[in-house]
Amino acid sequence: MHPAKSVIFFTTASGAGYGMMVWLAVLAALGLVPADMAFGLFAFGIGFTLIVGGLLSSTFHLGHPERAWRAFSQWRSSWLSREGVSSVVAFLPLGLFALSWVVMGENGGNAALLGLVGAAMSLLTVFTTSMIYAQLKTIPAWHNGWTVAGYLVLGPMNGAVIVLLLAQAFGYAEAASLLRMAALGLLVAALLVKLAYWARIHGGRVTSTAGSATGLGHLGKVTMSASPHDTDNYLLREMGFRVARKHAAKLRPIAIVAGFLLPFALIALTHSIVGGNAAVLALALAWLLCQVGLYVERWLFFAEAKHAVTLYYGEQAV
Amino acid sequence: MTCLPKNPTEKKLGLVIDLDICVGCHACAVNCKEWNTAGKSAPLTDYDPYGKKPDGVWFNRIHTYETDDGQGNGTTVHFPRSCLHCEDAPCVTVCPTGASYKRTEDGIVLVNEDICIGCKLCSWACPYGAREYDEAEGVMKKCTLCVDKIYNENLPETSRVPACVSTCPAGARSFGDLGDPDSEVSKLVAARGGVELMPEQGTKPVNRYLPPRPRKKGEEGKAPRMLNHSDDSADGAGLIARWVDKILS
Amino acid sequence: MGLNPFETVKEEVGLSPKVSDEVKTSTCYMCACRCGIKVHLKNGQIRYIEGNPDHPVNKGVLCAKGSSGIMHQYAPAKLTKPLLRTGERGSGEFKEIEWDEALELATEWLGDVRQRDPGKLAFFTGRDQSQSLTGWWATKFGTHNFAAHGGFCSVNMAGGGLYTLGGAFWEFGEPDFERTKYMMMFGVADDHDSNPIKLGLGNLKSRGDAKFVSVNPIRTGYSAIADEWVGIRPGTDGLFIFALIHELLRAEKIDFASLARYSNAPWLVIREEGAADNGLFLRNEDGHPLVWDLASGGPVSGMAAEFSPAFAGEREVLGRTVVPSFQILAERYMSAEFSPEAVAETTGIPAEVTRRIAAEIAEAAFEQEVVIDQPWTDAWGRKHEKMIGRPVAFHAMRGISAHSNGFHTCRAIHILQALIGSVDTPGGWRYKPPFPKPAPPGIKPAFPKAEAATPLDGPPLGFPRSPDDLVVDQHGDPLRIDKAYSWEYPLALHGMMHMVLHNAAKQDPYGIDVLFMFMANMAWNSSMNIPETLGYFTKKDENGEYVIPKIIYSDAFWSETVPYCDLILPDTTYLERHDAISMLDRPISTAHGAGDSIRQPVIEPDRDVRPFQTVLLDLGARLGLPGMVNEDGSPKYPGGYADYIVNHERSPGIGPLAGWRGTDGEKEGVGEVNPNQLERYIENGCFWSQDLPHSAQYFKHSNREYLDHAVKMGWIGHADPITFHLYNEDLQRFRLAAQGHGEKQPPEQHRTRIETYFDPLPIWYQPFLEAEEGGDEFPVHALSQRPMHMYHSWGSQNAWLRQITSANKLHVHHKLAAKHDLKDDDYVWIQNSRGRVKAQVKLVDGVNENVVWTWNAIGKRKGAWGLDKDSPETTKAFLLNHIITEQLAPGADGHAYSNSDPVTGQAAWYDLRVQLQKCAPEDATEEGARFAPLPDRTSKVVNKGRYGAQLTGEDTGGAAPLREFIGQRSANASAIPGIRPGRGNQVEEDA
Ligand SMILES: Nc1nc2c(c(=O)[nH]1)N[C@H]1C(S)=C(S)[C@@H](COP(=O)(O)OP(=O)(O)OC[C@H]3O[C@@H](n4cnc5c(=O)[nH]c(N)nc54)[C@H](O)[C@@H]3O)O[C@H]1N2
Ligand SMILES: Nc1nc2c(c(=O)[nH]1)N[C@H]1C(S)=C(S)[C@@H](COP(=O)(O)OP(=O)(O)OC[C@H]3O[C@@H](n4cnc5c(=O)[nH]c(N)nc54)[C@H](O)[C@@H]3O)O[C@H]1N2
Ligand code: SF4
Ligand code: SF4
Ligand code: SF4
Ligand code: SF4
Ligand code: SF4
Ligand SMILES: [Mo]
Repeated sequence: MHPAKSVIFFTTASGAGYGMMVWLAVLAALGLVPADMAFGLFAFGIGFTLIVGGLLSSTFHLGHPERAWRAFSQWRSSWLSREGVSSVVAFLPLGLFALSWVVMGENGGNAALLGLVGAAMSLLTVFTTSMIYAQLKTIPAWHNGWTVAGYLVLGPMNGAVIVLLLAQAFGYAEAASLLRMAALGLLVAALLVKLAYWARIHGGRVTSTAGSATGLGHLGKVTMSASPHDTDNYLLREMGFRVARKHAAKLRPIAIVAGFLLPFALIALTHSIVGGNAAVLALALAWLLCQVGLYVERWLFFAEAKHAVTLYYGEQAV
Repeated sequence: MTCLPKNPTEKKLGLVIDLDICVGCHACAVNCKEWNTAGKSAPLTDYDPYGKKPDGVWFNRIHTYETDDGQGNGTTVHFPRSCLHCEDAPCVTVCPTGASYKRTEDGIVLVNEDICIGCKLCSWACPYGAREYDEAEGVMKKCTLCVDKIYNENLPETSRVPACVSTCPAGARSFGDLGDPDSEVSKLVAARGGVELMPEQGTKPVNRYLPPRPRKKGEEGKAPRMLNHSDDSADGAGLIARWVDKILS
Repeated sequence: MGLNPFETVKEEVGLSPKVSDEVKTSTCYMCACRCGIKVHLKNGQIRYIEGNPDHPVNKGVLCAKGSSGIMHQYAPAKLTKPLLRTGERGSGEFKEIEWDEALELATEWLGDVRQRDPGKLAFFTGRDQSQSLTGWWATKFGTHNFAAHGGFCSVNMAGGGLYTLGGAFWEFGEPDFERTKYMMMFGVADDHDSNPIKLGLGNLKSRGDAKFVSVNPIRTGYSAIADEWVGIRPGTDGLFIFALIHELLRAEKIDFASLARYSNAPWLVIREEGAADNGLFLRNEDGHPLVWDLASGGPVSGMAAEFSPAFAGEREVLGRTVVPSFQILAERYMSAEFSPEAVAETTGIPAEVTRRIAAEIAEAAFEQEVVIDQPWTDAWGRKHEKMIGRPVAFHAMRGISAHSNGFHTCRAIHILQALIGSVDTPGGWRYKPPFPKPAPPGIKPAFPKAEAATPLDGPPLGFPRSPDDLVVDQHGDPLRIDKAYSWEYPLALHGMMHMVLHNAAKQDPYGIDVLFMFMANMAWNSSMNIPETLGYFTKKDENGEYVIPKIIYSDAFWSETVPYCDLILPDTTYLERHDAISMLDRPISTAHGAGDSIRQPVIEPDRDVRPFQTVLLDLGARLGLPGMVNEDGSPKYPGGYADYIVNHERSPGIGPLAGWRGTDGEKEGVGEVNPNQLERYIENGCFWSQDLPHSAQYFKHSNREYLDHAVKMGWIGHADPITFHLYNEDLQRFRLAAQGHGEKQPPEQHRTRIETYFDPLPIWYQPFLEAEEGGDEFPVHALSQRPMHMYHSWGSQNAWLRQITSANKLHVHHKLAAKHDLKDDDYVWIQNSRGRVKAQVKLVDGVNENVVWTWNAIGKRKGAWGLDKDSPETTKAFLLNHIITEQLAPGADGHAYSNSDPVTGQAAWYDLRVQLQKCAPEDATEEGARFAPLPDRTSKVVNKGRYGAQLTGEDTGGAAPLREFIGQRSANASAIPGIRPGRGNQVEEDA
């Protein structure tokens, strides 16, 4: 699949934003952070920027962004529609939660409840996003539970890293230590999920073949000897993207190291070894690396996914 | 409604494509382009008509494949590819706007371009590459089964057929109601063992492909493997001698 | 449309949009197949072009080219105004001039030549569908230097057929697809009969009771759907056919009865080595050939109705030693030299395959006879209760004819058909009226007149039957600029357009004053040698004058040739003009009956262009050519070509069109001029067709009813039966001359050549160029094929077609590729001693391992055809024409023959041998400019790629009931219960 920048940005950014919301709700519910306006402004500011920026960027690749509102209508059948509805609905509890925290200085009680509802909506939204991909039988790499697991764990992981940074910066030690454990745990979990995902997509499982795509499988090996068009067309541009093997092999370690291992190490460092401003710096670096790693991860998520239509253009199996 | 029609559609209109006689001439593809460029989805934009990357929107594309059974039996098969008007059309259910829909009357899968937002998800959902995004217009387009031709009262009967079907010089394309087992296309499919493409994708395509017939290589026919020579003399001299006074019966 | 984001908006689909304001019928000309079209017009623009279901050629279907006619019409490559060259030839610098000036200039140039020596005008028309006009014009002008493109196209096919059966493939005949049980196709990619072949093959295969064999080094297109693909080595089909004949003869699977009745097989040939008439038929005092009648034990006339002829036996008759011609044939092909084993290595076809195919042919011909309950009467008045067919049909095209041994191979294919008795029988190969004609037809090439302003006595092209008919001077040297009808190419029936520029530039045999060309891309894809040919266009003499002083050219597009000419007469497109597809020329008949058709303008030209035929008649009138002016000197056809089509009479009562003749339009074939003829054609869909009665549809060569009808229609001069000439006496006459007999003898240097290649029975030899270059150094055969969706160079200017193909690749067998370490998309040099071209490779299985191939005519010169300079056609695509040659290496005497068939002068495109060399990494890029770019010249038409947006129609609301459509309905009906006969969505029982 063509790794479109807007979609990569959208999924990573909104994932991180929703992940942040989850952790802010948890912190509020557990009473680990007071309704500190500055902290709230920073946290919700970053969180909503990521969510809204992501959602906006997702409309950039639309042919008709001005009609995007129509995408709410098909929630009964379409995961994309559900994502749209869910993301908007999530704004209600999240917005109220943020308001009461930042404006009214209240993040416990009902506010915390709103936060937890918002957190649930956030996870639901991330889930719907994951289902947009996971539902596609045409892309076996995505059409499995690891896709959903990946989104569900990567968003909160990313969110934990960011909120951790803020908690550290604002000196909420208790919150920071919880988030540190969560981030470390989620980094491990996310890495395991990603490794499982990669194992799965390279596991040689085959859904469809050139033979089944053409109905000619009974005649033996099927190869394309003439394309319908000499230059690329939409299908090839959108779905025929091929990432070179060696490319993928190089990028995957980058994703693993930058996205998971280095953040893990840096965060672990702040547990006992470094503190103070150094810790904040380390966590900021962890966030940056994590974001880069996840961008690469998401690029690979698209680039490595083979679409069934490529079977018509010379691919042997997907 | 991008939910699929709940009950089977009244009709299941579709195409039957005979891979045994398709010569890969691209007539169906070009005639399709010609009809549809001023049809329901007008225009089928061409992006760089006289330049470096000639490309545009087509609803029908002709591939050529070679098969090889590893035992020296190879074939070349031409393969037209267009929308199969699936019963369980994933392109429809993924569509967030309702722009993609399947008609209850006849099962034709269409795009309402007036409300399509151009999210392209339907093209991701279609295993057959049957959806083509019009990059200039920002909307998805696809084979309409010539919905504006097959019922068109302004055309003579002989033209009320999908453009690709009536134009096919080899007669490799048929059209009709594949939901009716008594229809002629259904009989054609049954007699020729017509197949679905990628049944494993669960799309339940309506179109059928008739596989190439087993080739008659001579091993199976009535003809002997070789002729009996009437005479084995060098250079046929004996035969010629016999013909000298042979009177025809 | 509501603004409720949760609402599903339901689309109202217009099921009955208005399609067009008007539908006009005409005839397609995106290739030479000439299908009937219906053009839907909306707001004066073309909305849709579809096949005319009633048309005899295409029966409603339309190919990719025909379907892209819209983009042909709106191509920016169209010329817009007459052009006069201002820069050097090839520079592409022109000034636009008015038609008056253009016509005056042309009249002046042409008038000068005509006054001096009309033969110094070389008038060559390429893809001309009006040859009966252009040939007549040349005759009246007085130049014998006229021909169309047939010499580089398929004259071997035409000549081989016409000299053997009095018919040939394509326009001359067609397989009986609907009845045949065994169909063999040799060397066909798309062919002229493009749609009928596809319709026919689809029918044959859908019936399920026939076998289709394709003999072709390449397995694409038709070969891909064949039951059996025989991947023969190029240029060796003759041997393969001889081996089939060998098997059939040795097994006596020969239709002797048919041979006795219809062929010259029993005719007695004088066999007296050294005699002046050795090898000619023994004739009686009436000039009739004799046969030995076994019943009466004596000679009788071969024209007699009843005899029981001997097919073998040397006898003394009338004091001469004679033998039936069949014996000579049998001796030759039964020899061990032509056994399946003996030819296997050269052809690459295993002996058991050849043997099996021979057995299958025999089985189909003799065990699966097709019998039609249809009484008929033969030429001798004998009644037959039934029509008995031997359902084996052959078809062949340029894979056979574009080799320098093609004439003999074509003859061999026809002889094979005659031997098994399948010619024009049910299930066999059938003639299309006006064929059959006597083999060969009676017209002789006109001899040049040395007088100023004098018409020729007859048409420039004809059918020589002996050295007397050659167009040579008293020394035996060529009198035509292309050397057609000379001792070098005696039966060059279609001229040799591929040699005109070469010969004119070398002034061999002489220089010309004006070259006038129409519709041929001679500076590019129809040249056999582009670099040198461009040099011929631009060659100057010592005074700095062009050796070819003046070149007038009519093209409709900014092709590669336009910039090399001096005066350009821009033509209309096929949708803008009148045309006649005439019985006098190459009609649209089918085996069922005669037919002709017209084109009518369906759209107004938006540029200052004129139909070439109209311009030609205008020039004729300005020059005062006989037949083109009235007695008072005024133009005879002031209404242009349409006027001519209706009012011209070639002989009394016979004009360009055969339908609706006579003042009231009630006559067919022969009849007075009908002023309303064109209207009648238009009412009928722009064609006329006349089905023969069933009793006249087969055995036309000897069918009394058919022959009488053909005479009445003016197709043949007399109703004598038409004999199949297996043994060809005409060829023997040339050979005798070479052996020193008779008055007209070849110049010494051509003697052996004539003696060798004018064998009265088909021979095989290695093609010349291949023999010259075919050693280990250049081991690979390089072929081109026509893509079904492109027509030569016209395809690439078409915005839709070029989206399918814009860059041709070289297709290489996996095994050959492995030898050169080639993978898909690697770059390779295709090279020979003349040069090299670069190509990207595509690995395939379906090709003979010694063959590489590519699509024809995709490569374009930068600047031409309205394409951007970086278009793939100019950066990636390539032509093999850069390394073919129009001339062979000179012999010991310094004389070089054309790279052509020695009998017919047919250009030998497919004799090319090459070697492959993988490109070094630094070369493995898109090719740079091979020739300097031409300046752009595009019409103001701007196609923004949104064609059609402006042409959608209002919905009229209704919905017509649905109709099923079964492709190959009638064939499927015969094979599958429940499918009703008919065509498409028309069912017979409803009618
Ligand atoms: N390598 C290779 N070369 C080949 C062949 C091959 O097999 N291999 N095949 C050969 C054969 S058989 C042939 S017939 C030739 C064909 O070659 P050409 O006869 O040259 O055919 P085209 O390339 O179609 O060019 C015809 C010219 O007619 C012009 N034209 C098109 N429409 C009109 C019109 O309406 N009016 C006028 N006045 N002009 C028009 C076009 O612009 C073009 O310049 O190619 C030959 N060349
Ligand atoms: N679509 C389309 N149709 C056309 C044309 C076009 O340009 N485009 N051009 C028209 C013209 S001008 C012509 S002349 C006709 C030509 O019609 P075809 O004869 O069909 O044309 P070619 O492309 O020359 O195909 C020659 C075939 O012969 C095969 N071949 C080559 N050498 C040999 C051999 O030695 N033995 C055998 N058995 N096969 C061999 C090649 O593989 C190829 O398939 O097509 C006409 N129709
Ligand atoms: S028009 Fe018919 S023969 Fe040609 S590519 Fe299409 S299906 Fe095949
Ligand atoms: S072929 Fe593709 S576009 Fe057509 S209905 Fe099926 S899934 Fe949808
Ligand atoms: S591109 Fe249009 S039709 Fe396709 S899913 Fe999106 S909105 Fe629906
Ligand atoms: S049915 Fe109509 S729209 Fe669909 S491929 Fe055929 S011609 Fe094109
Ligand atoms: S075969 Fe195609 S291009 Fe040729 S005349 Fe027929 S429709 Fe036109
Ligand atoms: Mo040709």
